[in-house]
Amino acid sequence: MIDAAVLERHGIKPDEYDRIVTFMGREPNLTELGIFSVMWSEHCSYKSSRVHLKTLPTTGPQVLQGPGENAGAVDIGEGLAAVFKIESHNHPSFIEPYQGAATGVGGIIRDIFTMGARPIALLNSLRFGSLGEPGTRRLLEGVVGGIAGYGNSIGIPTVGGEIAFEPSYAGNPLVNVFCLGIAKASDIIKGVASGTGNAVYYVGAKTGRDGIHGATMASAEFDDKSAEKRPAVQVGDPFMEKLLLEACLEVMQTDALVGIQDMGAAGLTCSTTEMGSRGGAGIEIDVSLVPQRETGMTPYEIMLSESQERMLLVAKQGREAEVERIFEKWDLHASHIGEVTSDGLLRVKERGAVVAEIPNGALTDEAPLYHRPMAVPEYLAEVRRLDLDALASSSEVGRPAGEVLLALLGTPAIGSKRWVYRQYDHMVRTNTINGPGMGAGVVRIKETNRAIAMSVDGNGRYCYLDPRHGAMLAVAEAARNVACAGARPLAATNCLNFGNPERPTIMWQLAQAVEGIGEACRALGTPITGGNVSLYNETDGRAIYPTPVIGVIGLLEHADRVVTRRFQAPGDVIVLLGEGRGELGGSEYLKFVDGSVRGIPPVLDLGAERALQPLLADLAADRLVRSAHDCSDGGLAVTLAESCFDTDGIGADVSIERTAVAKAEPINVAAALFGESASRVVISAAPDAVSEVVKRAGDAGVPARIIGRTGGRSLRIAVGGRVVVDVMLTDAERAWSDALQKYFVKRVA
Amino acid sequence: MKFGIVVFPGSNCDHDAYHAVKHVLGQDAEFVWHKDTDLKRADALVLPGGFSYGDYLRTGAIARFSPIMNAVRAFAERGGPVLGVCNGFQILLEAGLIPGAMLRNRSVKFQCEHVHVRVDQTDTPFTGACRKGEVLRLPIAHGEGNYFAPPDVIARLEANGQIVFRYTNAAGVVTDEANPNGSVAAIAGLCSERRNVVGLMPHPERACESALGSADGLRVFESAVESLKSGTLVARA
Repeated sequence: MIDAAVLERHGIKPDEYDRIVTFMGREPNLTELGIFSVMWSEHCSYKSSRVHLKTLPTTGPQVLQGPGENAGAVDIGEGLAAVFKIESHNHPSFIEPYQGAATGVGGIIRDIFTMGARPIALLNSLRFGSLGEPGTRRLLEGVVGGIAGYGNSIGIPTVGGEIAFEPSYAGNPLVNVFCLGIAKASDIIKGVASGTGNAVYYVGAKTGRDGIHGATMASAEFDDKSAEKRPAVQVGDPFMEKLLLEACLEVMQTDALVGIQDMGAAGLTCSTTEMGSRGGAGIEIDVSLVPQRETGMTPYEIMLSESQERMLLVAKQGREAEVERIFEKWDLHASHIGEVTSDGLLRVKERGAVVAEIPNGALTDEAPLYHRPMAVPEYLAEVRRLDLDALASSSEVGRPAGEVLLALLGTPAIGSKRWVYRQYDHMVRTNTINGPGMGAGVVRIKETNRAIAMSVDGNGRYCYLDPRHGAMLAVAEAARNVACAGARPLAATNCLNFGNPERPTIMWQLAQAVEGIGEACRALGTPITGGNVSLYNETDGRAIYPTPVIGVIGLLEHADRVVTRRFQAPGDVIVLLGEGRGELGGSEYLKFVDGSVRGIPPVLDLGAERALQPLLADLAADRLVRSAHDCSDGGLAVTLAESCFDTDGIGADVSIERTAVAKAEPINVAAALFGESASRVVISAAPDAVSEVVKRAGDAGVPARIIGRTGGRSLRIAVGGRVVVDVMLTDAERAWSDALQKYFVKRVA
Repeated sequence: MKFGIVVFPGSNCDHDAYHAVKHVLGQDAEFVWHKDTDLKRADALVLPGGFSYGDYLRTGAIARFSPIMNAVRAFAERGGPVLGVCNGFQILLEAGLIPGAMLRNRSVKFQCEHVHVRVDQTDTPFTGACRKGEVLRLPIAHGEGNYFAPPDVIARLEANGQIVFRYTNAAGVVTDEANPNGSVAAIAGLCSERRNVVGLMPHPERACESALGSADGLRVFESAVESLKSGTLVARA
């Protein structure tokens, strides 16, 4: 009996139910209602975001596969394709951090190998509340442990990522995971079912009751009862996935497959529906043939289970034995659970009797589409006001700049993330030529001379202050990181993490951010090839900062010309590319001295950015630069310090101009040192290469200023001719190294 | 020279070992599937790193029952050179080819980083090209590399010169700080009593090209090639 309570439990609104009845021409039964509820959930249908996502640029000569498949793909030359995507696992990671994060990794890896690509690298982007809270440390340990546990075991290196800590994420941590794979461009496989009568196979782990309604959970806010949702979080088995990965890639070599899709969110329901829908066909399965881990499972439970490490595939007629044999080799059993039909229906049987029958189109194309109302949030007017001169009276501002630099380097936001990435195997597969620790991760492609650089970036503070601009800055930063490594940015993927879209102010943030991403991606020539939307990141009515996370990949034609952030030799010349404007709005410095997140985020001049990025790739290709590091959190002073770290003690002596952003001189000095103006990169070059570097920059229209030299055991920075920072490198590096570690020192009772 | 690289379900450094010996060192290499019983006429065997069978029970505990392990054991008993890296080392311990056991790292965390190890014994097929006391910079990547054996076993290993690699600082000095996982006697790698079976936690195959941060691991594989040339190898699969 379907009544209001049943509908509410399924997250289906009354008008949505009316829509279901209209499409079906009858009342659905409970199994059918369950299928609708997951397919029409925000997580699967993108019903709030779709109208906005449609505006994103998704095409380009390099794009082989845009959004709509399991992952995007771009041409990287020599007949190869880079297949990549980012996905969130936010809600499950809050409820059960280890398994939530682990299964997030498992899910994105399946998306990549489903396309016929061998996964070769992982990145992650994480957000937590303040590290001072024990609850945050527990979440961080669990999430990092889960990512490590899965990625390390399956043998895919985690080569980079980013983490930020902000109270707004305390009840809703973000766990976004990115995976990159490589395939022959001609061998990309799609998630389609076609050819009436072709066998539909189920392979992988058995189906249990875990994860039922996971997609629905990810489409609602949290409240004080959320901990009770633990059974909706799945448990990961990386060993099973390793077998699946190897077996599926082996099967794909045979051309015996029509299509393949992993069972992620909404499990068997989503994979059968989407494969049928893409192929313009139907799929009929009998749930009694589905391998089950528990007894007495109903068709409803089997269709909605989100048990991990399962794949659905369609074999060509006459090739079934070949497919089955390969899976047997890997000790996996491929179960023949149904057939492709020509009627465009999802038909579910149980021991021959039909228990659900729904047109595929009703579940996919006809899913609700909302133009949700939008409103500018009231908080904006207040938080965008920033009076720098009022700030000057703060005692923190009066501290010597060197002390402030050391303190900033010791914050979790800026400090070394080694405590985290040491737990990730970042070397397995022996392709990692620039590992985690800042900037882009870079992996070589062994059969070629090429390498792929990749970076994920986002800045919730900037987006909180201006979602459109903040999103543009995220695109620019991710692409700039890739360019700093010497690569040419090729394409992007996005993960949109927001609050409850039913609130007009959240919807406005989302729409603004998508506009910003679109504009920046168009300007920088990095189309969006896929991604994921995670909404309802709210607890008890408090939303996270709007947090679009952007992943950008780029191509290095010569892997041996990769550039890192680290100074390479004493006596090199340090050049600052780009223009500093002393912007402190939303900066790490402001948060540190004032505890506030306010002001206007840095201006992004897309023209300047578009000139800068190819220049970086050109300088690297011609071996004119020896290091390159993007200025971001903490500004120029932090960037210089980071360029000195991990170099066996190569210091720097630098002189920069003062900025005039306030009446108070300490603020002007701080703005020059710690302002976060965009489109700036610190590079170093051998003395005999500098004139060429400066000339190339001039030709490209990029401001380039020689600001100092590498060498010595300290970092000295003069602003307007006066030395304001003079710190021993050993002190700076110690503060930076301990930043996270110090929160996890074992206390002996 | 031909290296046989044993592939267990869950091995994930098999391709890395293959790449190192085949493409960097230019030697012959072939994968050996764990369900096989034939070692394909390999001159030396590599048991690679990974998480065999998921390592859910105890690292290496199930892999030792794989069909290929009978052939590996017979090969070792004939004096054939066998190198176990990381999970491969753990499998050698479980199989009893080398004494001792692994505990979780004292950090209770997986650790992936470069460390220094000192070569203390050069009369094994995998260290013959090294100088005694030579310090190699190699990566580790493990959660259970904290080697343990009772004091009498350690004393016997010391007396027999079976401790091949020890964790040290860059200068080759054993210090507590340089010991990444808490291993007894700073043990990073051991050999069998007959010296032909060598296991170590660090990954030499990940350190065979300077683009990867170190090429010191090549010495381990070059040693095997040299020992074959000089005729110290006594068996063939």
